[in-house]
Amino acid sequence: MQELQTILDEALKGFTATNDAVELENIKARYLGKEGRLTGLLKGLGKLSAEERPAAGARINEVKQQIEAALQARRDALQQQALQARLAAEALDVTLPGCNPGVGGLHPVTRTLERIEMLFHSIGYDVAEGPEIENDFYNFTALNIPADHPARAMHDTFYIDEQHVLRTHTSPIQIRFMQMHMEKFQHLETMPDIRIIAPGRVYRVDSDATHSPMFHQVEGLWVGEKVSFADLKRVIGDFLRNFFETNDLQVRFRPSFFPFTEPSAEMDMSWKGGWLEIGGCGMVHPNVLKHVGIDSEKYIGFAFGMGVERLAMLRYGVNDLRLFFEGDLQFLRQFN
Amino acid sequence: MRFSESWLRSFVNPSLSSDELSHLLTMAGLEVEEMVPVAPAFDKVVVAQVLSKEKHPDADRLNVLTVNVGQTEPLTIVCGAGNVTVGMKAPCALVGAKLPGMEIKQAKVRGVASFGMMCSEKELGLAEESAGLMVLAEEAKVGQSIREYLDLDDRLITIKLTPNRSDCLSLNGIAREVAALTGAPMQAIPAATIKTAATQTLRVKVSEAAACPRYTGRAISGVNAQAQTPDWMVRRLDHCGLRSISALVDVTNYVLLELGQPLHAFDLNKLNGGIDVRFARSGENLKLLNEQTVALQGDMLVIADDKGPVALAGIMGGADSAVDDATTDIFLESAFFAPSAIVGKSRVFGFGSDSSYRFERGVDFAATQTALDRATQLILDICGGQAGPVTEVLGELPQRAPVRLRTSRVHRVLGVALEAAEIAKIFSRLGMVFRQDGEAFMVTPPSYRFDIAIEEDLIEEVARVHGYEWILPLPIEARVGILPLVESERPLARLRQMMVLRDYQETINYSFVEAEWERDLCGNDTPIPLKNPIASQMSVMRSSLLGGLLAVLRTNLARRQPRVRVFEIGGCFRAEAGAYAQDERLAGLAYGGASAEQWGIQSHNVGFYDVKGDVEALFAPRPLTFQAAAHPASHPGRSARMLLDGRAIGWIGELHPQWQQKYELPQSAVWFEVELAAVTQSRLPRLRDISRFPPARRDLAVVVDEEMTVQSLLEMMRSANAPNVVELEVFDLYRGKGLPEGKKSLAFRVLLQDTQKTLTDEEIAPSVAMLVAALQKAGAQLRS
Repeated sequence: MQELQTILDEALKGFTATNDAVELENIKARYLGKEGRLTGLLKGLGKLSAEERPAAGARINEVKQQIEAALQARRDALQQQALQARLAAEALDVTLPGCNPGVGGLHPVTRTLERIEMLFHSIGYDVAEGPEIENDFYNFTALNIPADHPARAMHDTFYIDEQHVLRTHTSPIQIRFMQMHMEKFQHLETMPDIRIIAPGRVYRVDSDATHSPMFHQVEGLWVGEKVSFADLKRVIGDFLRNFFETNDLQVRFRPSFFPFTEPSAEMDMSWKGGWLEIGGCGMVHPNVLKHVGIDSEKYIGFAFGMGVERLAMLRYGVNDLRLFFEGDLQFLRQFN
Repeated sequence: MRFSESWLRSFVNPSLSSDELSHLLTMAGLEVEEMVPVAPAFDKVVVAQVLSKEKHPDADRLNVLTVNVGQTEPLTIVCGAGNVTVGMKAPCALVGAKLPGMEIKQAKVRGVASFGMMCSEKELGLAEESAGLMVLAEEAKVGQSIREYLDLDDRLITIKLTPNRSDCLSLNGIAREVAALTGAPMQAIPAATIKTAATQTLRVKVSEAAACPRYTGRAISGVNAQAQTPDWMVRRLDHCGLRSISALVDVTNYVLLELGQPLHAFDLNKLNGGIDVRFARSGENLKLLNEQTVALQGDMLVIADDKGPVALAGIMGGADSAVDDATTDIFLESAFFAPSAIVGKSRVFGFGSDSSYRFERGVDFAATQTALDRATQLILDICGGQAGPVTEVLGELPQRAPVRLRTSRVHRVLGVALEAAEIAKIFSRLGMVFRQDGEAFMVTPPSYRFDIAIEEDLIEEVARVHGYEWILPLPIEARVGILPLVESERPLARLRQMMVLRDYQETINYSFVEAEWERDLCGNDTPIPLKNPIASQMSVMRSSLLGGLLAVLRTNLARRQPRVRVFEIGGCFRAEAGAYAQDERLAGLAYGGASAEQWGIQSHNVGFYDVKGDVEALFAPRPLTFQAAAHPASHPGRSARMLLDGRAIGWIGELHPQWQQKYELPQSAVWFEVELAAVTQSRLPRLRDISRFPPARRDLAVVVDEEMTVQSLLEMMRSANAPNVVELEVFDLYRGKGLPEGKKSLAFRVLLQDTQKTLTDEEIAPSVAMLVAALQKAGAQLRS
């Protein structure tokens, strides 16, 4: 049975020698195919005697199984090899940038306003809006600024015609909102509290690094039966500390004058060892409440106004107001 | 208002440092804008007198001086100043003195030992430029520190006063405030007792008693108009920013600063007859002290003599009746003009004066004569002369009605429980007369306060003196109802985010634009103009956001940005029936590559359909319809009106080549603008049945005329109402080889589906046939 051993050796050798799956099958055919040598031996079993046959058959089968096992192992190995080769060939440079249609970004003023709105929303303030071309009544008269009042000189006003101006502050929204609120709730004995902020564009005849003919203000108003100056201080203080995300921030209120609030205050914030003006505020002037038909004996309110660009400049380190409105993408993209 | 600290402290001197005083004023509502030293730091500079002067042996321009500096021995000092004379007094920096930027050492100057330095104002940092030594007055005491002699350790305080606090437009007023805040005693100005030594008077008539409730004045004759204004007065005026002009004018300015009462001195001999306080008559002109000749209007109050106006009352005197060096007799006016008679009048002529500033806001009507006497005294002291008797015309002075204040209301408004006794103390300090009745006060404000009319005004006074700092913040009350939230409106923030995710950068542009943009881009020849624009390119209100976006594009192209995709949300304005309407809009503009240049995407220049896709995504799931229509900004063949539910809500288009050329754009840009309300408006989702059976797909390819729009074909098919059709989309467009000229081939994908069963071919066929029929009716040829 020397021949069987030779067949086995040759087959195993042949399998190992090839790296090609097709050739492997060809080699296999040489031993196990119809004309294969092992097949030939099996066919030759019939020539053997009945006594010899089982033993010889068993030996041939044993070799056959060995060859088949080797074949399968080699097949697996080649398949594995082929897979490895494919995977290697398909490897990507994962550091190449992804196909990116691009992403834009929000304007820093919008970003700031959204933040302000969210902070005030968390203590129950809704957002109110009003027109930018305002009439004299809402921008001045209803806010206790009669014609010829020296306070009008404080506002460098853009005029559209005798009766209309570009609003110089967001305070007219207060008036419009209070009127609407009164109309809605006048049937009630006690109206629900008014708690709004009113963000928007305002206009002043002024232009340099710290003044823009157009900028944004956010107005706040809370009117109710139990509202006091002490509440105002808390709301502003809490807001600024949360806006700037620091508990170290000091807020200072000092007496000032606005025709539409009494008492009035200027709000200062501690900044780099000094104080920085952040806006004006005060208790809503009874004349203002009177203009919208709110009983100033029963209801008390506070109002405040802040410059949005000022807040954005402090928050993000912008030092020139004009940058906000130039539309330079190199500036805008820094806030994305 | 600017003044020197020492002048203030001459009235009231609380034991507070300069910084503490400044803080006190700021926290009381008199905001200190600036506090700066009068002079920079230096030391060892004394008043010196030149005893002798000899030419330096080795230098033409130098002198060798012997100088008395108050020491036992005179000093030898080499000096190069041109104005040095024997006997003159000037500052001398002694050896060891530190001046701004230099230190004085004993030195040899060209071989001669020098023991100090004679100084100019520039060397002491008192002036930007100076010619020669600083000349000191005769009476300066030799050896005295120059800082002491000239009050140089003083500080200049600038206060930003709010319009309500006219009572603090004087040193006396600020001092009164400081005394009230600190309790420190107030040093009153000694009352002048003027001895009437002349009989000369001027006939005074007040025709407008309401505008001028009190007019006082007196003649002073025999004055020396050329008298020298004393140094201390010149210095105080200078510290307040006023230049010394002549003794008579300086005195009126000085009293204005000291007491807040504007005064005017007429040259009595230049007046014709008596004077009348009346309104100007039409056609009257007046040449003012500032050399401006103004045409007077009928609502302007004037002082007129028999020939015509000689002063614009309370604002400025006339040039022709002004005092000058030759003046010998004057008429000194101290009056109270009602704020309403003065306010706004000088602004008509484009100027204001210290006088009008005060009268507009309110001047103490009880101190009219005090100021007159004070000024008279100073004139007599400085210029000599004889004072005449006071002429006074008195009308109805403003009333100071008592104002009620309730302690409980103070508590409610401020949120701090102040005792009535505390409040009473505050009123006393403020010089407010009051009567107490239980918890209520009846308070009469003083004549110098024009800002106390209602209870809240008093509450502010209480809060101010108590200190805003001592009103402690209250915790925020949590009794808050849930705020309404309308689900069918998309929040603006989300809308902006959608634009951002489609690669648009938000911008904020001015609401006023160039009139030309409006004409070019909107065909708007009548935009809303501003009456007082800040610049010609910001002269009209925008009726579209496009102009601003185009300007942003140009800015960025100039800065070498190859690709610009920007949007803005904001108001657009139009006039409507005598009023103005504001439409909130969202607009976008895209320029350059449809995507940023990158290795993995074959880019093309952004086109109409790219931006159309952005807009459709913005509105999804609601479908927009697009109608070819011309817009002034757009290429006529690439422009569409957008409709939502049949209503026009905006425009989309490629910029007209004409504007591309005019606005110097190397390539074209695509823009859109829509009503903001249309995009934010959404709908509440309502669930439909979901089919578990697979849809069947049928493709329909047709050849149509080039002019045939896809939308019309889709509409034709939809209106066929073929059963089970759940989706109908165009998925291919072909032109060119194999098709006749003027034809295009379109392929539609049809999805058919039923919720109850899988559709059979037999069920599908009739639906497809209906669609085919609809297409054929529209003139389409079915491709096999």
